[in-house]
Amino acid sequence: MLTAEDIRVSLGKVEVLHGVSAQAQAGEVTVIVGPNGSGKTTLLRALTGDVPYQGRVILNGQDCAGLSAWELAAVRGVLPQAAVLAFPFTVAEVVRLGLTSARHSGRGDLVARALAAVDLAGLAARLYQELSGGQQARVQLARVLVQVWEPMVDGLPRWLLLDEPVASLDIAHQLGVVALMRDYARKGGGVVAVLHDLNLTAMAADRVWLMDQGRLTGQGPVAEVLTDAALERAYGCRFRVGCLPPAGGWFALPQAAGPV
Amino acid sequence: MVALDIPRLAGEREAQARLTLFVLAAALALAMLLSLSHGASGVSLWSLTLGDAMPARDRLILWEIRLPRMLTGVLVGASLAVAGAVMQGLFRNPLADPGLVGVGAGAGLGAVLAIVLGGLAPLWVAQTLGYHLVPLAAFLGGWASTLVLYRVATRAGRTSVATMLLAGIALGALAGAVTGLLVYIADDRQLRDLTFWGLGSLGGASWPKLMAAGPVMLLALLAAPFLARGLNGLALGEAAAHHIGLPVQRVKSVAILTVAAATGAAVAVAGGIGFIGIVVPHLLRLATGPDHRYLLVNAGLAGATLLLLADLIARSIIAPAELPIGIVTATLGAPVFLWILLRRRGVVDL
Repeated sequence: MLTAEDIRVSLGKVEVLHGVSAQAQAGEVTVIVGPNGSGKTTLLRALTGDVPYQGRVILNGQDCAGLSAWELAAVRGVLPQAAVLAFPFTVAEVVRLGLTSARHSGRGDLVARALAAVDLAGLAARLYQELSGGQQARVQLARVLVQVWEPMVDGLPRWLLLDEPVASLDIAHQLGVVALMRDYARKGGGVVAVLHDLNLTAMAADRVWLMDQGRLTGQGPVAEVLTDAALERAYGCRFRVGCLPPAGGWFALPQAAGPV
Repeated sequence: MVALDIPRLAGEREAQARLTLFVLAAALALAMLLSLSHGASGVSLWSLTLGDAMPARDRLILWEIRLPRMLTGVLVGASLAVAGAVMQGLFRNPLADPGLVGVGAGAGLGAVLAIVLGGLAPLWVAQTLGYHLVPLAAFLGGWASTLVLYRVATRAGRTSVATMLLAGIALGALAGAVTGLLVYIADDRQLRDLTFWGLGSLGGASWPKLMAAGPVMLLALLAAPFLARGLNGLALGEAAAHHIGLPVQRVKSVAILTVAAATGAAVAVAGGIGFIGIVVPHLLRLATGPDHRYLLVNAGLAGATLLLLADLIARSIIAPAELPIGIVTATLGAPVFLWILLRRRGVVDL
């Protein structure tokens, strides 16, 4: 379990997260949604320790603040929003960086499997800088995947913390990443991701955290949290949510502004 | 197909890097022999085969002049190239070079301070440190300027090249101003010592100087390979490096110390020798890729070889007089540097 206890974050003198408490379960995909500036990314960055915060982040029963980089890396992989890379490394070399602190067998094979998982199998020998933005994002995802490839180790779940993993991807690869997250959770791992697209969120998430103005305004299953009223309050525009037969797929349809 | 493809590919660049290592090691051995056997005096290595019949003058030249000079050249060349590679890895930028961004100037200032004001230090300091005073001061100067530079140029794990270069100019100017002031108050003997900093030379190499600065350089050279994994990870940025499990703060501190030690000690014995630190790592990255596990070792070998060859040119082109080696490395290195900038135009925004 990943627990956030009363997380407060200040940037300069302005408090941008006002005491967020939330839980994510292993074996589930948890998606953080909310409008721009609502604190989604800041919350994730507090969970990963990338911004100074007050409060506690408990991962598998241990306070993250007391764990070394090596111990944290063994149980969680973190995908940052903006991926940078200095020097002309090849795609395979970048992915292999994910194995820096790893202890598992079959390492060479893992790189190939991770690249296949993000649909980049043919590009292993290419230079990272030569790829498109969407391809680079998938290389970074593969790097995070090899780091925590097995979703469960010694009976403990491992975690993927992903900040907008589909931001620059085409729709097919967005669905691919959703499938990847679902698969990881199905095998016992935990996934926490920031997403923008509500419909994609509905496909991916077992549980959503709805953020609004630095506060968590709802957490739970998609259909319970993302109601017409809650979405309207958070995003300031009208929504029509519903389910499509026959499988009952949830959707949110934003309504154009204008006379009611 | 996929599974077959990757090990082959990964193996290719690695095999190339390993082959390069052997070629460079052989080249260095050759350069060391050349450096020992050539010189203004015309003494040849063959006289070693004479055994006891070897003239005393030849023995003196080989043991007291050429050998320390050659060893100094090896250590200084390797230190400059490795310091460049480590600094570029730390700053995540191929243009970072101790000589260009003020670390060399800071180390030079430390050395000059020690030369001019060393006489003012209490007697016990002079007695305890002896020949170590100048390298130590140069190390401290290099360390302080690297620290300032990293603080100024790096924000939230990202290094701004423009800020780095501008801060380097400021540091260099500051160090230059203080150095100028010291030159103004220096006496004639000190002045002669100081002139040497501006241009760089292996001409002043001697056993005592080598014994003082050599261990520092050797330590830095031995520490550098342990930074390889850390510097590879830092290419992803500081945050991501932390998330793959690297002790980022420790890697940074050790890298800064390594750069300062290598640059400081090299500057202390040989003065300001430019461009080795930027040209050598860059060419190696082009040839065998940026993996620091190979880059750092290969840079050391190539830097040592290049500096010995530059020294050979410096002391044979107008023999029996000799050119300061800094002139040779700048003449050869500056055009290569310009070529690097030309190639990178459009790729990097300064």
